[in-house]
Amino acid sequence: MSSIPIPHDISFEGAAHHRVLIIGAGPAGYTAALYAARANLAPVVYTGLEPGGQLTTTTDVENYPGYVDGVLGPAMMEDFKAQAVRFGAEVEYGEVTHLDLSQRPIKVVVDEETGVLADTVIVATGASARYLGLENEKRLLGRGVSACATCDGAFFRGVDLAVVGGGDTAMEESLFLTRFASKVWLIHRRDELRASKIMQQRVMAHPKIEIIWNTVVTDVLGADEVTGVRLRNVTDNSERDLAVSGFFVAIGHTPNTALFKSWLDVDEQGYIETRAGSTQTNIPGVFACGDAQDHVYRQAVTAAGTGCMAAMDAERFLAARAG
Amino acid sequence: MAPIELTDANFQSEVLESDVPVLVDFWAAWCGPCRAIAPIVTELASEYAGRAKVGKVDVDVNPQTAMQYGVRSIPTLLFFVGGQVRDQMIGSAAKREFQKRLDALVGQTA
Repeated sequence: MSSIPIPHDISFEGAAHHRVLIIGAGPAGYTAALYAARANLAPVVYTGLEPGGQLTTTTDVENYPGYVDGVLGPAMMEDFKAQAVRFGAEVEYGEVTHLDLSQRPIKVVVDEETGVLADTVIVATGASARYLGLENEKRLLGRGVSACATCDGAFFRGVDLAVVGGGDTAMEESLFLTRFASKVWLIHRRDELRASKIMQQRVMAHPKIEIIWNTVVTDVLGADEVTGVRLRNVTDNSERDLAVSGFFVAIGHTPNTALFKSWLDVDEQGYIETRAGSTQTNIPGVFACGDAQDHVYRQAVTAAGTGCMAAMDAERFLAARAG
Repeated sequence: MAPIELTDANFQSEVLESDVPVLVDFWAAWCGPCRAIAPIVTELASEYAGRAKVGKVDVDVNPQTAMQYGVRSIPTLLFFVGGQVRDQMIGSAAKREFQKRLDALVGQTA
């Protein structure tokens, strides 16, 4: 999806006009909504297709400060939402499909049909799981190929599975899958993992997990459902097939920023560029927070932090304009 | 009108023998994306009342039906007409996408 001009048949006559419009409903979006609501800016949040964001596909969140015993990702996001709503934020299950950041007020189209106007826009669209990009991976998605162990793990009881990746997500998915699978092969392209030490230790110590080093997945095998993956060892270029019933992809994320690329400066990976020490983009009145602009930290707590910054930046922008 | 609670026991009568198209949402309580699309599924049940049925299968309670249709990922949404799967969606999507696919099937009986 790239930014497409607003269709001519969309009407903005009598359209709702918001002072703060937030796109995305993860920790960044909901925190921006909380702060904007408490500043009496009556923000609206458009959730997009993944309300709650990436945390809805995780299980235990053990590193969000304040939750002493950890919290389930989906439950935490329900808390975030409830707290924003309590102060008057409006949350809409809609997807922003078009927008024009060059006009004032900013024109936004929701679900290809509803025109909405906004004085400021906070981009909190986050990032989505990346796939390898293999043809058979796409064909077998939902038929043994998955990027969400917590969603799909329970369908793989007593079978062998493969996970590809080397970061914390891959560790978490592998560990979660051991609840169901008889064996989890963790396939990684290098000879060391980039995951945090504590997660690496848990994986290495697990009797059901075996790591296949220096290896990439070149194909996903199976007619109607996954029966295996084809592997290539990158040190000696040898190929082999590994029989598995499920293949879980955990190789990182792509920022959901395609919609904004006509207007906002992004880096070569697509992350929105913001002015150092703020959430200000290259367009006045447009702010970016969370994983859509952060490829370094990518934590719930840092997303919440920049979400807060975006709301405060928007508030100052509106105050300066009014003054 | 709420979505129909489908089970291994009533799937035959409610879905396979239905006179109108049926949208079946395979879900579970522990699945975040399933919870995220639940409000959309509920809205569709009201909007299409009389023209199409909307039902939900809790895969934890009804593993037989999920297995029979090769459901390996949730949410999975299957569109039935005359007892046959005519369309499917895996993962969350916009409401208009569900509507588009339902609209294409409404009025068909086989």
